[in-house]
Amino acid sequence: MPLSASDVAHLADLARIEMTDEELTLLSGQLDVILSAVASVSAAAGDDVAPTSHALALTNVFRQDVVAPSLPAESVLAAAPAVEEGRFRVPQILGEEI
Amino acid sequence: MSLIHESAETLGALIASGDVSSREVTQAHVDHIAAVEPDIHSYLYVDAERALAQAKAVDSRLAAGEKLGPLAGVPIAVKDVFTYVGAPTTCGSRILEGWMPPYNATVVDRILGAGMVILGKTNMDEFAMGSSTENSAFGPTHNPWDLARIPGGSGGGSAAALAGFEAPLSLGSDTGGSIRQPAAVTGTVGVKPTYGGTSRYGLVAMASSLDQPGPCARTVTDAALLHAVIAGYDPHDSTSIPAPAPDVVGAARVRDVAGMRIGVVKELGGEGYDPGVKQRFQETVEALALAGAEIVEVSCPHFDLALGAYYLIMPSEASSNLARFDAMRYGLRVGDDGNNSAEQVMRLTRRAGFGQEVKRRIILGTYALSSGYYDEYYGSAQKARTLIIADFTAAFEKVDVLVSPTTPTTAFKLGERINDPLAMYKADLCTIPSNMAGNASGSFPVGLAPEDGLPVGFQVMAPPMRDDLVYRVGGAVESTLEDVWGHTMLAQLAKETR
Amino acid sequence: MSYDDLMEYDEVMERFDPVLGLEVHVELNTASKMFCSCSTGFGGEPNSQTCPVCLGLPGSLPVVNGKAVESAIRIGLALNCGIATWCRFARKNYFYPDMTKDFQTSQYDEPICFDGHVEIDVDGESFEIPIERAHMEEDAGKSLHVGGATGRIAGADYSLLDYNRAGVPLIEIVTKPVYGTGAKAPEVARAYVSFLRDMMKALGVSDVRMEQGSLRCDANVSLMPKGSTQLGTRTETKNVNSLRSIEKALRYEICRQGAILASGGRVKQETRHWLEVSGVTAPGRSKEQAEDYRYFPEPDLVPIAPSREWVEELRATIPEVPAVRYERLRGEWGYTELEMQAVIAAQGVDLIAATIEAGASPQAARKWWMSELSRQANALGVDLEELSITATQVAQVQALIDEGAINDKIARTVIDAVLAGEGEPRQIVAAKGLAVVSDSSALQEAVDAAIAEHADVADKIREGKTAAVGALIGSVMKSMKGQADASAVRELILGRLAP
Repeated sequence: MPLSASDVAHLADLARIEMTDEELTLLSGQLDVILSAVASVSAAAGDDVAPTSHALALTNVFRQDVVAPSLPAESVLAAAPAVEEGRFRVPQILGEEI
Repeated sequence: MSLIHESAETLGALIASGDVSSREVTQAHVDHIAAVEPDIHSYLYVDAERALAQAKAVDSRLAAGEKLGPLAGVPIAVKDVFTYVGAPTTCGSRILEGWMPPYNATVVDRILGAGMVILGKTNMDEFAMGSSTENSAFGPTHNPWDLARIPGGSGGGSAAALAGFEAPLSLGSDTGGSIRQPAAVTGTVGVKPTYGGTSRYGLVAMASSLDQPGPCARTVTDAALLHAVIAGYDPHDSTSIPAPAPDVVGAARVRDVAGMRIGVVKELGGEGYDPGVKQRFQETVEALALAGAEIVEVSCPHFDLALGAYYLIMPSEASSNLARFDAMRYGLRVGDDGNNSAEQVMRLTRRAGFGQEVKRRIILGTYALSSGYYDEYYGSAQKARTLIIADFTAAFEKVDVLVSPTTPTTAFKLGERINDPLAMYKADLCTIPSNMAGNASGSFPVGLAPEDGLPVGFQVMAPPMRDDLVYRVGGAVESTLEDVWGHTMLAQLAKETR
Repeated sequence: MSYDDLMEYDEVMERFDPVLGLEVHVELNTASKMFCSCSTGFGGEPNSQTCPVCLGLPGSLPVVNGKAVESAIRIGLALNCGIATWCRFARKNYFYPDMTKDFQTSQYDEPICFDGHVEIDVDGESFEIPIERAHMEEDAGKSLHVGGATGRIAGADYSLLDYNRAGVPLIEIVTKPVYGTGAKAPEVARAYVSFLRDMMKALGVSDVRMEQGSLRCDANVSLMPKGSTQLGTRTETKNVNSLRSIEKALRYEICRQGAILASGGRVKQETRHWLEVSGVTAPGRSKEQAEDYRYFPEPDLVPIAPSREWVEELRATIPEVPAVRYERLRGEWGYTELEMQAVIAAQGVDLIAATIEAGASPQAARKWWMSELSRQANALGVDLEELSITATQVAQVQALIDEGAINDKIARTVIDAVLAGEGEPRQIVAAKGLAVVSDSSALQEAVDAAIAEHADVADKIREGKTAAVGALIGSVMKSMKGQADASAVRELILGRLAP
């Protein structure tokens, strides 16, 4: 089923990217082309094939529970767009109250 | 030859013996960068002053009798995807413009530890997404062989800096071919090490399960020397292999393939490949046979799935890796006018800060991971990865290495594919399988295509942790080219590029 | 704020059966964070315990804290869970300013611990709580909301973020639906969380301080009409950060949902917040659409495959279930049930056990911790264990009494001095010359004087009414200004007067 502009709008919302209607339409067309080109992948991947998330065969890579020095707070905050009282200042948050 | 035309190996030896100073070598490069950058645009940031200071420091250490490694005092250019304290790391993106990282990438620490001199940060497709460097927010890099053509991507800056003699070595990262494809189209050498062979700590991630830092150079031995500097276990990277790196420098110097079994991948050739690419590839295979290698045709049927699976896995991981660019802690912030919410500021910033290709991949990845589509897309792609690994495993039971063209065509023209994402993606057709399987793979120059006089790359793929085999075959390929031309690719570069 | 219609609790119980679901987050007390080496210490200067990894800076990579994995497995074993032979971390993708990577590194369909159960006891009735899973994840940063009327997120002008807590290891323990609790649902929930708190403490894996947020509970409840097997719509109540509020919040939700259902309405599936001050739950900001977290295996980490040998090694370190241990100790110490309950409630079990271990009798240990020291802790507003006196020091004070070197009254002076940081009990007694006079001539004289002064009492004792000795002891103690050992005085008097 081809992706509609409103499908892409939902994805853009999940991905937190503002898009105009023209961009949504353009992108839905491009994504359709890409998705049909990759359709062979789902066709070839049978139930008898195990997925591989990583080519690497390592397991159990752990670190010792030892404290190392943190970055100095001033270098942490140096790149911040806005700072107040040693904290990152951000615009009002609309999300769910925690 | 002037200093800028020497190999890194030679420069290292000259500096170590005191015949030239690192400062002279560095100054020569700084001067040449100033001269050619307006045309080539390999660099996003030239750190001339600090480079000269680093060079001076190495010169004093050598003068004091300190014994340093073979690349001490040799300049290098670093792809702008690695963090390096004191220089901005932008990844070719507006969203990170001017960001000064507070820490060094492990590979950067290692090159500094080896006494190397960092000239600056090189241009790249935004967040390493592209095959032409046209997706850089700061303008494209031009191919020194023909300024109207692309230098490959995403690491076009690192490759063009070598071909344009703006650095004897450079550092790249390869997720789907970003080291090897630029190497192929600029007539240079580029190796993607075994996944886990070089540390990703400080490499700004595109697709974590595929990204790998690697060396870019003009000769096989130069690449191996740099590989040896950056490779090896890093406790800051959980996916780093806790084993010593293979002896790549030794392997690069063997220059002999007698008795080796070399498999030509049936699926990587034929339709869609430039005649000149096919011709140079075939000649090289014949030369290797003459040199005593046994040539076998090998079928890897699932390689046909690689490009599709890659364009599901890579955007999925990228959509998550690039979420952190949210205008809250660093980088660009747009629309913070006291009325907009944090959510809205995130939306506006990501709209303004990301280019088209990055947005396209984030949306594609968001879709591939979304509820109801995961199994069809991301899940299937992970299964395709299993099949591709199985193809490699079966092939490496029969042969020591696999070979193919690095990329189907020579350097295309700037703008030619920019509005056709699929055509652009096909540049990585041959390089992607090794990222999917995590094995070692390199691209080596094998001459110029007769029809357009542009460089052709020859890809060598070896089993995981057998990076040495890539260099061994690469070294032999290099000497066969010297036999044909009577001189090195380096000399050819100096003659044909500016 | 809107006022909810509420149904009488008993009436709800006549018509519905509540079904519980509890999600408890436990902050581990590892020294360093889940994926980096920053300190987990509470109360540091803002953003002073951060690094490229927990700040989610471009290029940074996580490395798993092995101790956190060990703690997770031990928690799972204590909750009778199976331990995965192979599991992975996953990324839970959603944007939020307190989350530095805009995804949380968590576990999704492959939790390290699964399928457990615990028994809890409410007023002598036993309930089994089925455990769905316990998995590892990381905490988020802390936001401070500035502006607006209440300092809360709604109406705030902007927020300030401190990421010291970002990346602190969390274990999320999730129950399966808990049926059959009937009217005791709120008490069962409270008892379960109380059980977890005691268990985490016994395991030594967390500070479990609800007021500091190192144990947090989200309580789900739904109502099922009597006789039905169809689960009702549930609500999730967050922000319940004391044992008491768990009980109260659930009771409130049950009454609220009861009223809605009884009037033919539908319970809305939503997240609600417990408002401690007003004693009600209130809906969170409703989202336009359900979140889609786009979970996928964390590609920056490798799988965890705990060997069975390791798991068995850890199993050997699992302490008794606290309730079982308490009952055993009660028997050993000879406390009444009431006495033991008071000790448990005051979190004095471990202190008393240590005091007994250091040589005091169970009764003496209880006496000090539950009276004098409890009084002092209350006055300071701290827990017993936060007092600056150790179990060993308390046992030493009791030993001094038992030796007759000091009496109860002086012991209190000694304890005050220990609390004031003046040194060890014996040093204090020596330095201050507090040792009681037990057999000096001064004492003899005082005894003789008392006998002479209270001849009538002395006669009674001579007649065998030894209970009267108290009056004489009092007189001696008074003349000695309290610096005498009462039992020695008693013996001296009886020695003189006994028939």
